Amino acid sequence: MAKIQKGTISKVWQYIRRYRLLLILSVLFAGATVAMTLYLPILIGRAIDLIVAPGHVDFPGIRSLLLKIGIIAGCTGLTQWLMNMLNNRITYHVIRDVRQEAFGKLQILPLSYLDAHPSGSIVSRIIADVDQFADGLLMGFTQLFTGVVTILGTLLFMLSISWKITLAVVVLTPLSLFIARFIARRTYNMFRMQSQVRGEQTALIDEMIGNQKVVQAFSHQAESLAQFDEINNRLETCSLQATFFSSITNPSTRFVNSVVYASVALTGALMCISTAGTATPFTVGQLSCFLSYANQYTKPFNEISGVITELQNALACAARIFELIEEMPQIPEPEDAAVLEHVEGNLSIQDVSFSYVPDRRLIEHLNLNVQPGQRIAIVGPTGCGKTTVINLLMRFYDVDKGAICVEGKDIRNVTRHSLRSSYGMVLQETWLKAGTIRENICMGKPDATDTELIQAAKAAHAHSFIQRLPQGYDTVIGEDGGSLSQGQKQLLCIARVMLCLPPMLILDEATSSIDTRTELKIQEAFSRMMQGRTSFIVAHRLSTIREADVILVMKDGHIIEQGNHDTLLAKGGFYANLYNSQFAR
Amino acid sequence: MFKLLGYMKSYKKEAVLGPLFKLLEALLELLVPLVIAAVIDTGIAGNDRSYVIRMCLLLVGLGVVGLVFSITAQYFAAKASVGFVSRLRHALFAHIQSLSYTELDTLGTSTLITRMTSDMNQVQSGVNLTLRLLLRSPFVVFGAMIMAFTIDVKAALIFAVTIPVLSVVVFGIMLWCIPLYKRVQRKLDGVLSATRENLTGVRVIRAFCKEEEQISRFDSCNQDLTRTQKYVGRISALMNPVTFVLINLAIIWLVYTGALRVEAGLISQGAVVALYNYMSQILVELIKLANLIINITKSVACGNRIQSVFEIQSTLAEAGHAPQPVSSPYAVEFSHVSLRYANAGGDALTDISFAARPGETIGVIGSTGSGKSSLVNLIPRFYDATCGQVLVDGVNVKEYPLDDLRSRIGVVPQKAVLFKGTIRDNLRWGNPDATDAELLEAVQTAQAGEVLAQKGGLDFELEQGGKNLSGGQKQRFTISRALVKHPRILILDDSASALDFATDAALRKAIREMPGNPTVFIVSQRTSSLQHADQILVLEDGAVVGAGTHEQLLESCEVYQEIYQSQFRKEDA
Repeated sequence: MAKIQKGTISKVWQYIRRYRLLLILSVLFAGATVAMTLYLPILIGRAIDLIVAPGHVDFPGIRSLLLKIGIIAGCTGLTQWLMNMLNNRITYHVIRDVRQEAFGKLQILPLSYLDAHPSGSIVSRIIADVDQFADGLLMGFTQLFTGVVTILGTLLFMLSISWKITLAVVVLTPLSLFIARFIARRTYNMFRMQSQVRGEQTALIDEMIGNQKVVQAFSHQAESLAQFDEINNRLETCSLQATFFSSITNPSTRFVNSVVYASVALTGALMCISTAGTATPFTVGQLSCFLSYANQYTKPFNEISGVITELQNALACAARIFELIEEMPQIPEPEDAAVLEHVEGNLSIQDVSFSYVPDRRLIEHLNLNVQPGQRIAIVGPTGCGKTTVINLLMRFYDVDKGAICVEGKDIRNVTRHSLRSSYGMVLQETWLKAGTIRENICMGKPDATDTELIQAAKAAHAHSFIQRLPQGYDTVIGEDGGSLSQGQKQLLCIARVMLCLPPMLILDEATSSIDTRTELKIQEAFSRMMQGRTSFIVAHRLSTIREADVILVMKDGHIIEQGNHDTLLAKGGFYANLYNSQFAR
Repeated sequence: MFKLLGYMKSYKKEAVLGPLFKLLEALLELLVPLVIAAVIDTGIAGNDRSYVIRMCLLLVGLGVVGLVFSITAQYFAAKASVGFVSRLRHALFAHIQSLSYTELDTLGTSTLITRMTSDMNQVQSGVNLTLRLLLRSPFVVFGAMIMAFTIDVKAALIFAVTIPVLSVVVFGIMLWCIPLYKRVQRKLDGVLSATRENLTGVRVIRAFCKEEEQISRFDSCNQDLTRTQKYVGRISALMNPVTFVLINLAIIWLVYTGALRVEAGLISQGAVVALYNYMSQILVELIKLANLIINITKSVACGNRIQSVFEIQSTLAEAGHAPQPVSSPYAVEFSHVSLRYANAGGDALTDISFAARPGETIGVIGSTGSGKSSLVNLIPRFYDATCGQVLVDGVNVKEYPLDDLRSRIGVVPQKAVLFKGTIRDNLRWGNPDATDAELLEAVQTAQAGEVLAQKGGLDFELEQGGKNLSGGQKQRFTISRALVKHPRILILDDSASALDFATDAALRKAIREMPGNPTVFIVSQRTSSLQHADQILVLEDGAVVGAGTHEQLLESCEVYQEIYQSQFRKEDA
């Protein structure tokens, strides 16, 4: 565990290092602040020494000392403020960098990772965990720094009075650090646990609140509340443990301090008694000074241990973020990855095997040659794995065996960017980004002119409804399409593809939620669009299937038949059955 | 925030005992200087070594008692704060579930999620800190002031001036910061939704090679957040330095006044020292208080955000008891119903009237955005009709308790949503007491038998959102889920869209043959799905432009003819 923590710390340091200059400045200001803070009591003491008794008050001396105190106090305030500002800056920049990196990582993680992890827990890492981490880091900076510097400063002042008692203090105080470390080590796992259950709860909240409408439609509120409560109770238990056991640190170290205080009083008082009457007596004044410094010295120790528990929590959160950041990215592109150019639509699938989980084989030894302009319809009963083919074509997943080649080039040897932009894709689950309609349609071609934009929208039959929206093409739509209907969203997705028209198309049940009148027109536009373009269509419509050059019939993830409509029908196999069943009433 | 404190009720004891033990500990701390004074005055002055040793042991003893007190305080504080937030989370979750579709539409889910998660965490640590420390610091501050007055009234007046000035500064900065922390949370929401959006749209983003653009969008949200955080940081960073400077000015004033008073022979040098010590003590406590207040401010801001969700009440007024059964020839009846969504410019539905007898199949067809879903959403009262009446079994839907109404109706929404858990868990949403046999029957009817067998039965574990199923598989299970209810009214809101023709046809056949003879509403784009319906409603721009059987509509309804033609040509060409 300690090792993990150490690893995390050095990773955190990698981020802080970028701001070392600020860090150095911050340390300098902290030093100045502490030194002046420690010096002020001495000046005040001197001023008080000038107030002896009636008639023995040195007013000019007091005035000049008070002026000095005023100036130094002002400077202290200034350096303290600057230090705070620097610490804020470093913290907020570090967490900005961490978030940035984590988000950047999301872009290159393989889809297999994203498909396997609930989005709620990933979101909770990037948002809540980073937030907790920031709190810990900021506290670490503001209190750890001044704490350490105060300790060093006080140590010097104490040494200047008596090295013997200083030694006693120095030997005893680490006891509090030891206790703090002991507790911290015990509580680290509790914080991890808390963090984990919290993630679980966030995932549930994400699911139940995110799909609240379905929950209500089934009057399932009570059950989901019960489910929530189960996790909530577990969270309460681990949270109580983590909070309570970590908060024992402070009282324990304070107890150690009172022991230190008592021993300073004891040795000091005994020294006073034994050195009384000698040439260099240990005076009562020195003793009381020592006691106050002993307090000054031990206080930061308490704070540090408090900060350390906070840091424990922060580190546990940081560890979860780094876990994400360090996740294996998708296979990087080879250095000499070619850029696919002049794609005509030659595609070949050569002896491809693929499965999501090693022990459940899906696609095996698939072979397919596609000429430019051909239409490939993928047909089969629901859930037969049609989307798997798309995952492979787009290289969302890599094949296990064999190769997929575009224009004779293995797609693993070309840049993902050039491969993916050779395809136009309309998926079954529509997705729009928050932004204007214009931004959404222009996703594939940001520099499109208004004429092109409107043309594409018209071709997708989206123009008329867009025009009816309050701000037309500049209407802002919310997260995931907001108030648009499923069909309207799909029209926009189609317009998006219409605008950039790549040489190959992937259409995944694209027209499933558009009314047939509109769909018919879209189909016509699609036909125009597909002219001369290699197209893969996950198809339900007979007309599409019939017009296809090759039909891939899938069942249970396997491709069981391959051919065109007539040959497959003549074969009298699974496809023929499927086709005939269309008319079963 | 303060209304939330009601949830503290069951932790009253802890909430009182926590601070109380903390005060006891502070009192013990105040005793320490007295013991030291005794060591100096009696021990050292009287050369009494054993007295010194006894007193130092007393100091250790005080330490032990203090340790026990403060651990007790920590325990109560932890228990109260964790328990409080746990209850609060429960209450908020329950409250969100009580909101109607209208409020959910307006609020948006990502805000609600932040409030359930990170806001709650902030509140928890804030309450914990408050219970542990908030009383202690003012206690010491005022204790010190009272002590000062016992020494010298005139000099103590400086305290009486300093403390209010300091309070104004501390609370002023605090009040300044509260709205700013709100702004930080809003920016954090922005970062949250950028992240969520990225995760939900990952396939499209990658297909369009938009990773870079997403990164730059995220960066700008992130940068925005950082800027706001730094701005708030600049202001809250003022607190400590300003209080420090103020207190030192007060000390200067105090020393000078003290000098004058000593010169006049009114107080001794020792008294000046004591006054100075008290002032320093106040500084230490005030710095603690200021830090504490910054943290509490943050928590209060979060608490207020939580509070504001509690303040939103469902706009659906619910009837308290089941209505008297009425004998009506109709299972569902709409009479002059119009619907306008909150904040919408125009009506989604205008003057809709129709009636469906028990056991009938009603088809609803129309273009995208014509109001098909809006229409069926009124039956389970997801929204309230703006005008007119919706009757189920002869009674206005507003007169039913919601659970009663919705238990009669099985809904299969357009978007197929399943939840983490086994298929059995998911299907039992329809009826928690359903036996496996009943579940399997529903699965068969929904044409999901084959999929179920392939997945290994009812115990198959679904991932969050049913990610490990395809769209069509999900739809079949959402249909099964509704069937498990044995609903009197079944609503299929375009829920066969991801099914192929064969499955769709088989599904309709199975539903027609289902026992119990439910009234079925089928929303669809395909005339083939509706052809055999007893009544078909043709919607256009929120109004019914045709109603009747397939044959009647083919005769009389132009829109229906067009729709039919478009599909007829396609499917049989």
